[in-house]
Amino acid sequence: MFKIVDKQHFSPAVVKLVVEAPEIARARKAGHFVIVRACEGGERIPLTIADADPVRGTITLVVQSVGVSTRKINALEPGEALIDVVGPLGRATHIEKVGTVVCCGGGVGVAPLLPIIRAMKQAGNRVVSVLAARTRDLIILEEQVREVSDEVIIMTDDGSYGTKGLVTDGVESVIQREKVDQVVTIGPAVMMKFVSLLTEKYGIPTVCSLNTIMVDGTGMCGACRVTVDGRTRFVCIDGPEFDAHKVDFDEMMMRLRAYND
Amino acid sequence: MTDNNIASRDSQWREELRKAMPAKERTAIPRVKMPELDPAYRITTFTEEVNQGLSAEQAVTEATRCLDCPDPTCTKGCPVSIDIPAFIKNVQRGRNDLALEVLRNTSALPAVCGRVCPQERQCESKCIYNRMGKQPVAIGYIERFAADTAGSEPVNAQPVEPNGIKIAVAGSGPSGLSFAADMAARGFDVTVFEALHEIGGVLKYGIPEFRLPNAIVDREIQGLQAAGVKFVVDTIIGKTISIDNLRERGFKGIFVASGAGLPRFMGIPGENLIGVMSSNEYLTRINLMGAGREGFDTPVAHGKVVAVIGGGNTAMDSSRTARRMGAEKVYIVYRRSEAEMPARVEEVKHAKEEGIELMTLSNPVEYLGDEKGRVTAMKVQRMELGEPDESGRRSPVPIPGAVDTVPVDMVIVSVGVSPNPIIPNSVDGLDISRRGTIVINDDTMQSSIGDLYAGGDIVRGGATVILAMGDGRRAAAGMAAALIP
Repeated sequence: MFKIVDKQHFSPAVVKLVVEAPEIARARKAGHFVIVRACEGGERIPLTIADADPVRGTITLVVQSVGVSTRKINALEPGEALIDVVGPLGRATHIEKVGTVVCCGGGVGVAPLLPIIRAMKQAGNRVVSVLAARTRDLIILEEQVREVSDEVIIMTDDGSYGTKGLVTDGVESVIQREKVDQVVTIGPAVMMKFVSLLTEKYGIPTVCSLNTIMVDGTGMCGACRVTVDGRTRFVCIDGPEFDAHKVDFDEMMMRLRAYND
Repeated sequence: MTDNNIASRDSQWREELRKAMPAKERTAIPRVKMPELDPAYRITTFTEEVNQGLSAEQAVTEATRCLDCPDPTCTKGCPVSIDIPAFIKNVQRGRNDLALEVLRNTSALPAVCGRVCPQERQCESKCIYNRMGKQPVAIGYIERFAADTAGSEPVNAQPVEPNGIKIAVAGSGPSGLSFAADMAARGFDVTVFEALHEIGGVLKYGIPEFRLPNAIVDREIQGLQAAGVKFVVDTIIGKTISIDNLRERGFKGIFVASGAGLPRFMGIPGENLIGVMSSNEYLTRINLMGAGREGFDTPVAHGKVVAVIGGGNTAMDSSRTARRMGAEKVYIVYRRSEAEMPARVEEVKHAKEEGIELMTLSNPVEYLGDEKGRVTAMKVQRMELGEPDESGRRSPVPIPGAVDTVPVDMVIVSVGVSPNPIIPNSVDGLDISRRGTIVINDDTMQSSIGDLYAGGDIVRGGATVILAMGDGRRAAAGMAAALIP
């Protein structure tokens, strides 16, 4: 059992959970994910680790209620526990000093982006973070991102906060004014697709972190397969991060809808 | 370990049993038929076993058929060299408890082996009856009977003096369990780490309950717990805890039995359409996650017309599971003929009884989908048998132009697996084969790293429960000899 020690609502549907998982807290690196099962009879779902405290033995997860399992997870209160948390899974983010890195996140994608922003900054990069959401209330972790970024650009679809426009508008504004050496993007598949199309146009290496359907998360089931550079790859073992310019996002979005009806 | 009187062929009771009936009379007894659930009923239930097990009377009669040969050949067909006549004769005299003790001496999981071993290719294929042109003694059925009826005493009746040496096992499938049992019996302090939330590996996520009920697996696991084996779930060696961490925590030996990982796909167009999945995914959703049943959140597709690609036991399990999930039509699509199918004869028979159609000499070449990306049909290339290949089986050759389109709404790809890459990828200096398996010394199961041993599918790439168990046994002997010279 993995006890929830802290819970915070970012918005009605988005919750931050701090969970006791000492082994994972010690072993995890930026980019890793865990498989979580809320309760007996529950589904195994992948969640990217947003943060960890190896001293306290906790990991942080940011979960948006979108289906049965995420609703069950978000209904748990401090003192209650997740029945299973397994990880850290996947390959850690490749971090090196490249120059200027634009890290762009949409919605809850900002949560797994935060440790990457921090690591990129620590590696000596200039980091410009672009946070995007539909509306002001859905912008999360702004303060924490500011602490570790050289600059933060906020984009909202409705203009209720920051600049009105899409994440791609924010990223393009940076590209047009300075040399960008790498882009990291985490968010909904459709957002990553358009970020990828944009940066491809400018020839900027871009890494995306994919969140697909998984069952075991250890390479056994193959539910998470995606086409990258014309080859079938498994997100859980080969990813979750890939060269965004080579990912078949349309196929990925189609596969995400496998259980929608 | 076993009292001579229980197992020795020279003991008085065995002699008496041999003299009690002339061989001619014994060999005239027909082989017992396994009582089975009716096919029409059994496709409505996931959990009830198809094979119902022998009655006491049937078991004793079948045990009587065994001639108790002076130089038994059956044992040579067993990968773990079970003393087959000794347990059979104990069943014949009504001592199922002693029969189980004989089994336990060489096999950690007799109730499992009695159900899933391919006896027709192992012990039973070597039975003397074959040479007389008769059906062999039903060794597997008797083994299952002994294991099911003898009660559930702990593996080791006699307490063992603990030696205090800590041993870690990565994976709780048949190889890991077999190794753990043997090491615990030698007094080692054994901890088994399992990646999933349930103990049992492929015995739980892979083999369906209608062939191997979870309760049977759990009883074997409880026996191991009673013998002092500790189990830790939700822990992936190489991820949650590294091999070095294990060493720091005082583990003196590590047995890697992490099993088969990545499912193989064929690399044909349309394979990533919705509704096309690996047998691992399909079976795990249903067996491990309870998909499709009340009280479980995991979804699974309910295909009406299902194609299962492959001819092995996993393909049979998938096809029969799909039938139980309500599929109206299920095809087994296999590129050779029925005679070449690697699945057990019994599984093919059961599948056919349950209405599964064998589409042999057929190979899918493409899947077609609708505008939502859901599979709607498969294109199959018809084949004919050509010359024998290296494996001695006649190899399938495409018939030019013979491609048909068959409507399907679900495809389960069951064409094999590759070894789980997590541990091979996480240990520096570990010798790995080109196929991704861990290279070991065949006698001791020791890898290129001294304290690391391995067995089962991570070494073999894809094998049977009994071979995995045999590896566990050999590794235990090898590691114990190295740690306690």
